[in-house]
Amino acid sequence: MKEQLQKDFDNTIRNLTLSQKDIEIKKFYLDNFINKGFPNRKEEDWKFSDLKQIIKKNIGELAFYSDYTSTNKVDTSAFVDGLEHNKIVFINGRIEKIDFDYEKKDQIEIIDQSETINKFNNNSSLSDLNSAFTNKSFKIVVRKGYQLLKPLIIYHTTNSKIWSKNINLRLNFELYENSSLRLIDLFRDTSEKNFINIFYNFDLKENSILKNYKVDKFENKNIKYSFNNIEQDKNSVSETFILSSGSNFCKNEINCNLNGKYSSAFVNGIFSLNNNKHHEIRTIINHLTENTKSYQLIKSVLEESSRAVYQGKIFVNSKAQKTDGYQLSKAILLNKDSEFNAKPELEIYADDVKCSHGSASGSLNEDSIFYLMSRGLNYQQSRELLINGFLLDVVEKITDPEVKNLIKNMIGIKE
Amino acid sequence: MDNRQKEIDNLKDYKYGFTTEIENTRAPKGLNEDVIKFISNIKKEPQWMLDFRLKAYERFKQLKEPDWQKPKYPKIDYQDLYYYSAPKSMKDKPKNLDDLDPKLLETYKKLGIPLQEQKRLNGIAVDAVFDSVSVATTFREELTKQGIIFCPISEAIQNHPELVKKYLGSVIPVTDHFFATLNSAVFTDGSFAYIPEGVRCPMELSTYFRINASNTGQFERTLIVADKGSYVSYLEGCTAPMRDENQLHAANVELVALDDAEIKYSTVQNWYPGDKDGKGGIYNFVTKRGLCKGKNSKISWTQVETGSAITWKYPSCILKGDNSVGEFYSIAITNNHQKADTGTKMIHLGKNTKSKIISKGISAGSSDMTYRGLVDISSKATNSNNYTQCDSLLMGNKCGAHTVPYIKNKNSESNIAHEATTSKISEDQLHYCQQRGLSAEEAVGLIVNGFCKEVLQQLPMEFAVEAQKLVGISLEGSVG
Repeated sequence: MKEQLQKDFDNTIRNLTLSQKDIEIKKFYLDNFINKGFPNRKEEDWKFSDLKQIIKKNIGELAFYSDYTSTNKVDTSAFVDGLEHNKIVFINGRIEKIDFDYEKKDQIEIIDQSETINKFNNNSSLSDLNSAFTNKSFKIVVRKGYQLLKPLIIYHTTNSKIWSKNINLRLNFELYENSSLRLIDLFRDTSEKNFINIFYNFDLKENSILKNYKVDKFENKNIKYSFNNIEQDKNSVSETFILSSGSNFCKNEINCNLNGKYSSAFVNGIFSLNNNKHHEIRTIINHLTENTKSYQLIKSVLEESSRAVYQGKIFVNSKAQKTDGYQLSKAILLNKDSEFNAKPELEIYADDVKCSHGSASGSLNEDSIFYLMSRGLNYQQSRELLINGFLLDVVEKITDPEVKNLIKNMIGIKE
Repeated sequence: MDNRQKEIDNLKDYKYGFTTEIENTRAPKGLNEDVIKFISNIKKEPQWMLDFRLKAYERFKQLKEPDWQKPKYPKIDYQDLYYYSAPKSMKDKPKNLDDLDPKLLETYKKLGIPLQEQKRLNGIAVDAVFDSVSVATTFREELTKQGIIFCPISEAIQNHPELVKKYLGSVIPVTDHFFATLNSAVFTDGSFAYIPEGVRCPMELSTYFRINASNTGQFERTLIVADKGSYVSYLEGCTAPMRDENQLHAANVELVALDDAEIKYSTVQNWYPGDKDGKGGIYNFVTKRGLCKGKNSKISWTQVETGSAITWKYPSCILKGDNSVGEFYSIAITNNHQKADTGTKMIHLGKNTKSKIISKGISAGSSDMTYRGLVDISSKATNSNNYTQCDSLLMGNKCGAHTVPYIKNKNSESNIAHEATTSKISEDQLHYCQQRGLSAEEAVGLIVNGFCKEVLQQLPMEFAVEAQKLVGISLEGSVG
């Protein structure tokens, strides 16, 4: 893999206009990645999902260089109907379109950061890989007091032009005081066997609100890793919703630092898996100051030989008195080959806190099915009703009505 | 005079902190094949036992010390320890208690464990282990009448080799992890109990461990086998003198329950926890594992952990037999600079197996406490159930309480439920108690005892009273 990396790295650099110093930095990250390689199960954070093995088994040899010189045609039919929205379109890892047509031009700033390299406080080698190979990276700034009128949908589209490729994406968001942003990450892949490595950084200033929805719904054979770092100032709110369903393998990591008083973070997620899919959500909520709050709810429905992993950590440092932290994960295993692993973790150094977590996994309640069947539903209908109700609980947590409807339609939950 | 006063003050905190002046026989310092042969030789062990030890030592040389645990400690120099230390008077084993060194009798009297006939604790058979040897076992005749074997493990190796050969290492193999393997190589003494088919042990069996010599590691090994349909309740207590150095205690405990048998294992661990500044204390790195081998068998662990500078142990159950049950009840209290990383593993292999985990952690002062547990339901363990509850209580903002459960469910017809909470003693509760005339410290004691009640009531009577007091003492000075 080393020669491939070196060769692809040289090709990538050739197409960029970077200063000698930046090239050195990128080289440093490359060397880091070469040393560490893909994370494997010897690392505690990857204990339940051995990415090295998964890539080896599903993809084999990866190529890291993509030619971004020619444009791809944007297929407008893939856009979401019935909901006016702003767009960022990635096709095969290349940014094809940034469009904030519905917003006031002077309130949103788009800065090309391709030539600045910002660090991520993520220890995994994937951040090194990302830093070494991202070619374009943008920073989106929402000005003070501006609340976006329409949601922003980021389309991650891949097509059959790419195969066995590694794609690295990076975006930076900064929300100034009293601003708000609704963001939907939508994956539409028609390619197979690629590894997509995404890093987002969010900087939330006082009183700002971020609503962050990740929708991986459509069947595909790709492998995805997404890392979101959220820094929160006083009174800010972040809401993250993850629908984890379509890809062969997908790991979503949310790292949330509650730096300011009265800031709060909500993470809700659904795993709806079948076949041999293997998905993971890992959350780290760091309560770093007084009076912060976090809430997490993760529900899984696992069919066939699928496997879901939830690793959630609530960290409370000694200054963070009056913390309120809650975490709940529930799983229904529908097949004898399905598997649910959880590691809900509490690490607490302050005494005046209220932290709790719960985790339950098991089969569908036969008594409930019996009840419904005695009311005239058949087995299949009863089962569906129960599963829908189980998942609806999480969808209802979405605070934005437009997005809630969109997601409900997508997963076919009827009220 | 000052020194004397200081000593008295110290003893108030940890009343078992005295040292017995007694002449010792020691193995040469360090760890090598010769030392292992020395231990084996002094115990007059048969060849197969020596081979067992050497095999473990071979394996040990290849192993690396684990470092994933939360409490970190300075590197232990395994060559700078004595692996065997015994009172000289024990060289030719005394025939009966009258021949026993009066100093030893005195020691146990001071610890509240009288060994003499007339003062023996009613209904409890005690095996007293002093450093590396067992000094006395009480009530042996009564137990023998029922066919129960209860004796030091070194005696069992001589007298019941067929049983020891069959079960020793069957739950914790010689190729297990670092500390367990070290124990297999150098273990010195410990208790052996065998309950024959269909016998309900008429009294509590108990071992009292005492570390006395300095610079010594204690490596004892306990093996309890409950044959078909039998029942035994076993207690374990431990203390050590106060010293500035850290001492290593790496024991192995193996339990085997055959069809329909039940073993109840209770521990009150009160090793010297170190002084207020975190100097000295025991490193308690113990491997405890029970195997529910037969159908309908049951193993239940109850532990009250108040001592040791560092406690690092996970009493586990392997639920192999169908319908078997594993239980774990734990109270862990850390104060001052103590650290604990403890919990359990429940490994469900058989059908219809059930497990229950109740863990209560209390941390005060600058201490740090971690619950770490594993519940693993394998794909064959149909219709199994687990319930886990771990609660932590924090006192002050310099301590930490952590919960790290690993939950693996590979069977769709099995259920796992886990819940954990962390909180502090509420002002309202304190206020209410104080209003009724209790001092702040008494109030905390009362509330903490209520918090722990679920676990305390699992302990045998004699222990429960002791443990309740211990809970109070351990937290002294942590309020206000």
